[in-house]
Amino acid sequence: MPKTLVEMKNISKSFPGVKALDNAQLTLYEGEVLGLLGENGAGKSTLMNVLGGVYKPDEGTISIDGKEAKINSVVEAQNLGVAFIHQEIALVPYLSVAENIFLGRERMTAGMVDQKKMYKEAKQWLDMVGLDVNPATMLCRLSIGRQQMVEIAKACSLNMKLLIMDEPTSSLSESEVDSLFAMINKLKAQGIGIIYISHKLSEIFTITDRVCVMRDGGYVGTIITKKSSESELVQMMVGRELNNYYVRTFNRPGEVMLDVQHVSSNTRLKDCSFQVRRGEILGFYGLVGAGRSELLKAVMGLYPRTEGKVFIKGEDVTGLPTMKLQDKGIALVPENRKLEGLILKNSISFNMSIAVLKKFINHLHVNYKREREIVDNGIRTLAVKTPSRDQRVGNLSGGNQQKVVLAKWLAAEPEILILDEPTRGVDVGAKAEIYKIMNELAAKGMAIVMISSEMPEVLNMCDRIVVMSEGRIRGELERSEFEQERILHYAIAEEV
Amino acid sequence: MGKKIDTSKYEDHVILGPVIRYLKSNLGILLAFLILCIVLSIAADNFLTVNNWLTILRTVSTTGYLAIGVMLAIMLGGIDLVGGAMIACTGCLTVVCMERWGLPMVVAIIIGLAVGIVAGFINGWIIAYSGIHPFVVTLAMQSILRGAAYLIADGQPVPLYVNDVYPTIGTGLLGGLVPYPVIYMLIFFFLQYLLLNKTKMGRYIYAVGGNATAAQFSGIDIKKVKIMVWTISGFLSAFAGIVLSARLSSGQPSTSVGAETDAIAACVLGGTSMYGGVGCTGGVLIGVLVIGVITNGLTLLHVNSNWQYVAKGVIILLAVYIDMIRQNKMQSRSE
Repeated sequence: MPKTLVEMKNISKSFPGVKALDNAQLTLYEGEVLGLLGENGAGKSTLMNVLGGVYKPDEGTISIDGKEAKINSVVEAQNLGVAFIHQEIALVPYLSVAENIFLGRERMTAGMVDQKKMYKEAKQWLDMVGLDVNPATMLCRLSIGRQQMVEIAKACSLNMKLLIMDEPTSSLSESEVDSLFAMINKLKAQGIGIIYISHKLSEIFTITDRVCVMRDGGYVGTIITKKSSESELVQMMVGRELNNYYVRTFNRPGEVMLDVQHVSSNTRLKDCSFQVRRGEILGFYGLVGAGRSELLKAVMGLYPRTEGKVFIKGEDVTGLPTMKLQDKGIALVPENRKLEGLILKNSISFNMSIAVLKKFINHLHVNYKREREIVDNGIRTLAVKTPSRDQRVGNLSGGNQQKVVLAKWLAAEPEILILDEPTRGVDVGAKAEIYKIMNELAAKGMAIVMISSEMPEVLNMCDRIVVMSEGRIRGELERSEFEQERILHYAIAEEV
Repeated sequence: MGKKIDTSKYEDHVILGPVIRYLKSNLGILLAFLILCIVLSIAADNFLTVNNWLTILRTVSTTGYLAIGVMLAIMLGGIDLVGGAMIACTGCLTVVCMERWGLPMVVAIIIGLAVGIVAGFINGWIIAYSGIHPFVVTLAMQSILRGAAYLIADGQPVPLYVNDVYPTIGTGLLGGLVPYPVIYMLIFFFLQYLLLNKTKMGRYIYAVGGNATAAQFSGIDIKKVKIMVWTISGFLSAFAGIVLSARLSSGQPSTSVGAETDAIAACVLGGTSMYGGVGCTGGVLIGVLVIGVITNGLTLLHVNSNWQYVAKGVIILLAVYIDMIRQNKMQSRSE
């Protein structure tokens, strides 16, 4: 029997209006990877924030290494050996990689910060996580995926006993995920306990030893991963069985809705052409940084384009401003909902209506009834879980935020919908709902473009797949030609 | 902990709804205002008179015009510092136009307002297209305008003799009681209310201030919004300059130094967040009144006017601190 590292018992925590945790519990052994699984709002993050010293629990006890621990702050948690890697990057963009790793613990020589020493030490930690960057590089010059690896390197450099990772792979490319997993196994061998929060069941099965499942702020059960199955975990999470995870009825695509010809940008995009037809879902697959988001942003006038033309239903719309394009019936649901999609301090109502104001504001007259209809319709269609339409969007869980972003664009009733990573950071239940909605929209004749880094998602949902790498379209596959190897082959294609 | 009154059932009401929301979001400043008034009406027996209140309103009207514009700039996460210098510049220019160049009053006023609009537009344009921080841009413009004021007036106050209608713009009384400047102020507050609540541009301002990137993805032309806001603010500062020069019957190149600070203070007191995206017209109006009441009260209590600056400074700090706590509270709830 391995030694118990952390024991959390009967943890309860309330926020104004919600009971976030209700008698939650968790046990972590030394040298194991414990998956923490649950839908949005199940309380995973709150429970981890209690362990990480962000929140104080209303009730319950925590013991670390057999000793009862009172954790009042993040620093106290760190001193107890708790390292926490959050979903969002918590580093300083304009400091070097090394300075970030040793922030607050700068290496000194004779009262002066010793850059050389820091770079040298930093290099060791970077090597350990398999990240090949110069420690003197400014952090903001790295991709999000690489920044996250720096964060992991930083956590490693702290003297940690346990490591909490909240959705660590959500912005990593596949090779980065591989090196992350290799590193997790290395840490495990050193006796460090790891709590791994993820929505991706495939990852849970690859990396975890046991899985702790939460639902509605409470504890459902902990099972040994090897002895479990995907359907069992899903059932535990949602409390019901999910049969048709991917729903897609394929129709004969109609006429060409969006025609993009030879789009290039100064640096990232090289001669990209593609078409989307009415009633089809076109997948864009590629590794992080392949230029997929940039290409679709360029189509929407949100990314500088040096060459190429864009046609909507045969009409040349090249160079029109974003709002005019929206009027032509095209909408883009951006990848990063917090940065590009939502105004977190404003209400659901404000966010859902901001792209369609002309539907209800006209010459100093605001038709509040129409506004409410639009918003309530969005909340209903996408089943957003919220007490009211006036709820601040920042207070919603990730999946519900994603639904608000989607609703915001559906309110514009587009004929062409571009979805950039629509299911990133969203739990299984919400994912299935989003797929269902996509299928319905396509069936109604909408032309959908979906950018996704999840292979099963593109394979199951799309009529065609376009694969990009290094800013170029490397291949286009019809449904009958879908093959994982072939897609990956295109995705890693390099310039000769 | 007081008893919580359930107001939710009234929130959809046409009139009660906005009133309740207004009271809720401005509770702190309203209470502070009330307490201030009660204390002053006890301490100074001439505080609670119609005359004194009309004086307060007339005195704060300049701060009011500026605050209406500055608030929009702050809502975008920016700032507008041209206020005092613009007042001096347009005041001098309008008076010089009539007195020295013999232009008709209407033309002089149009020229004055045009300067405000053009300077504001230039501010907005530079801010939108260059990415230079609004603080720097408007600080530079402030210096340019102050310099222009001295150049136009040859460094001396320019008294107005040739036109006796012009001064009534600043000194006239509606119904023999309410000073015109107070009426203008209330009209501009009402227009700002309409802008923020009844137009698309109003929502765009909230959106750009809340998250400019998300606003851009929503198809909002954020450059246009910025240019619009700083142009409005420039216009209002110029208007303030004309009203003040009319009241003084002269163009004063050295007047209103630091007037913009009072306007900023009024905005912050009224719950406009320096982080952008949060603010309401009613709050700023109360903020302006608080500034006026403090100045007036300290004068009535015969406090040395130099102490008034100190008092205002302390109050601004307190208000910003409270705003910060409130923001943090909102943020921690969203996690």
